[in-house]
Amino acid sequence: MRGASRARQPLGTQNRTLWFWVFVGPFALGLVLFTYVPLAWSVYLSFFDAHNTVSPTEFVGLDNYTSMLRNDAFTDSLVTFAVFSAFIVPTTFVLSLALALMVNRTRRAQAFFRSVFFLPAACSYVVAALIWKLSIFNGVRFGLANTVLGWFGAEQVAWLSTTQPPWYWLVIVTVRLWLQAGFYMILFLAGLQRISPTLYEAAAVDGARPGWQVLRHITLPQLRATSVAVTLLLVINAFQAFDEFYNLLSDSRGYPPYARPPLVYLYYTALGQGQNLGLGSAGAVLLALIIAVVTVGQARWFGLGRKED
Amino acid sequence: MDDALVRVGRALRAVLLIALALLFLIPFYLLVRNGLASEDDITSPDWTFFPSTLHWSNLSELFADPAVPMARALLNSTLIAVATTLGTLLLASLAGYGLARIPYRHADRVFYAILGTMMVPAAVTFVPSFVLVSSLGWVSTLRGLIVPTLFSAFACFVFRQYFLGFPRELEDAARVDGLGYWRTYWRVVVPNSRPVFAAVGTIVFIGAWNSFLWPLVIGQDRDAWTVQVALATFTTSQVIRLHELFVAAAVSIVPLLVVFLFLQRWIVAGVERSGIDD
Repeated sequence: MRGASRARQPLGTQNRTLWFWVFVGPFALGLVLFTYVPLAWSVYLSFFDAHNTVSPTEFVGLDNYTSMLRNDAFTDSLVTFAVFSAFIVPTTFVLSLALALMVNRTRRAQAFFRSVFFLPAACSYVVAALIWKLSIFNGVRFGLANTVLGWFGAEQVAWLSTTQPPWYWLVIVTVRLWLQAGFYMILFLAGLQRISPTLYEAAAVDGARPGWQVLRHITLPQLRATSVAVTLLLVINAFQAFDEFYNLLSDSRGYPPYARPPLVYLYYTALGQGQNLGLGSAGAVLLALIIAVVTVGQARWFGLGRKED
Repeated sequence: MDDALVRVGRALRAVLLIALALLFLIPFYLLVRNGLASEDDITSPDWTFFPSTLHWSNLSELFADPAVPMARALLNSTLIAVATTLGTLLLASLAGYGLARIPYRHADRVFYAILGTMMVPAAVTFVPSFVLVSSLGWVSTLRGLIVPTLFSAFACFVFRQYFLGFPRELEDAARVDGLGYWRTYWRVVVPNSRPVFAAVGTIVFIGAWNSFLWPLVIGQDRDAWTVQVALATFTTSQVIRLHELFVAAAVSIVPLLVVFLFLQRWIVAGVERSGIDD
């Protein structure tokens, strides 16, 4: 009798707490172990001298931080990131929004175009970098870009090995655009499909001309939440750029001193020749702080979290 | 509105779309072209759209080459991607359900603690994570490559948002039948949530197959290389056999293209329901 009544009654508070942790516990524990503990360890390690070892040897206070901030290579990598994101964020945003607008208005073969633009998302940066480096933007002898330039009688360009002018930026930006635009296009498409058709009908009744006016006064304001999410994701992803820089610019002789985003620099500091894990940790903490500040600041600026009216 | 003008606009849009589509497909074409061409055709200064002859033997050459651990790398990538996908689906869906549906005083706080880790990008913690994994002795092991990647806050977030919108009537019916949380979850909630599992599974699988930094850091021995690490190692090595490299890259995207073409609609549906753009 007791069992039967318990089954029909909502579970007691204690039971709920127990079941909550049965469900959430394993995940939370893993997250603590593999995210929070490494973060805390990173902060701890950043105050120590730790060369070639994972156990801290000598307490050095803030020395790692000051030497990281005084290190031109690190500060240059932050500048690299800033230039990179200042370029890649708006470009990807505009391209993926344009693709979404065009695909959304296409009646015929909509699924086909959506698939084609989304398909590169299935490619890894490694594969894409290989195509870009060895087939499209190959420096001297062969390569699609130089072949096309040749048709117009233009000089051949050593795309990845010249810093004056920095052609490598074109290579790096196009590879990311190709890989990512489709994914953000899907986000925009989802946003566009949520806009009520009655808004467009009302605009037409009010005499708004289709095209720019409707885009500016109806579509873009309705896409605001999506736009904020896309911008945040783009900035965070730009900050984490690693794969294409590593694969496009390094070779058997090592890594060139230019175009180093922060993660690439940290990788070489912590795990490359130097094996300086203390210094690398300090850099990781600084980078995490910068990302947190930028993300929170941006979210505040856009008013993320406020309910849309 | 002027009909002619509308028609011109529509035609322009069609032309632009087709041109962009071709541009987006060119890299795939180059991958296949170079994968089936001879070394000479790839490096010829007189670049041609079609290679002079198709070399299907590049494929068998790739797998026969002892310098290239391609079969092993494919096996590693498959094991890692499958294990990561199944593990993530299990852990994140349970957590997402608990957060969404089991009333607990501190549920919101736990949720924010999970969400907060999305702000700290996983890539930034690679130095301390490497330290942790190497002190566990997991470097160059499948464990080291899989276990730390199983706890995706993003997947948990998607599941929570989805379960918040799950129809309560179904759960109530299960409750009346005397099922507890555990059995309600397995017998009622999971079978009725296949789309979200497929969507998250696909995204996680693609991410695991394509991930690079973590396998590069952890997979130090050749036997622990994933496909991505193996490819990257060829591109940065001194002696490159280009046709082998390209056919290897082409082989490496086949599993994903298959997953992708079949499950694309789930990804779209998953994104739409994830609340990622809300």
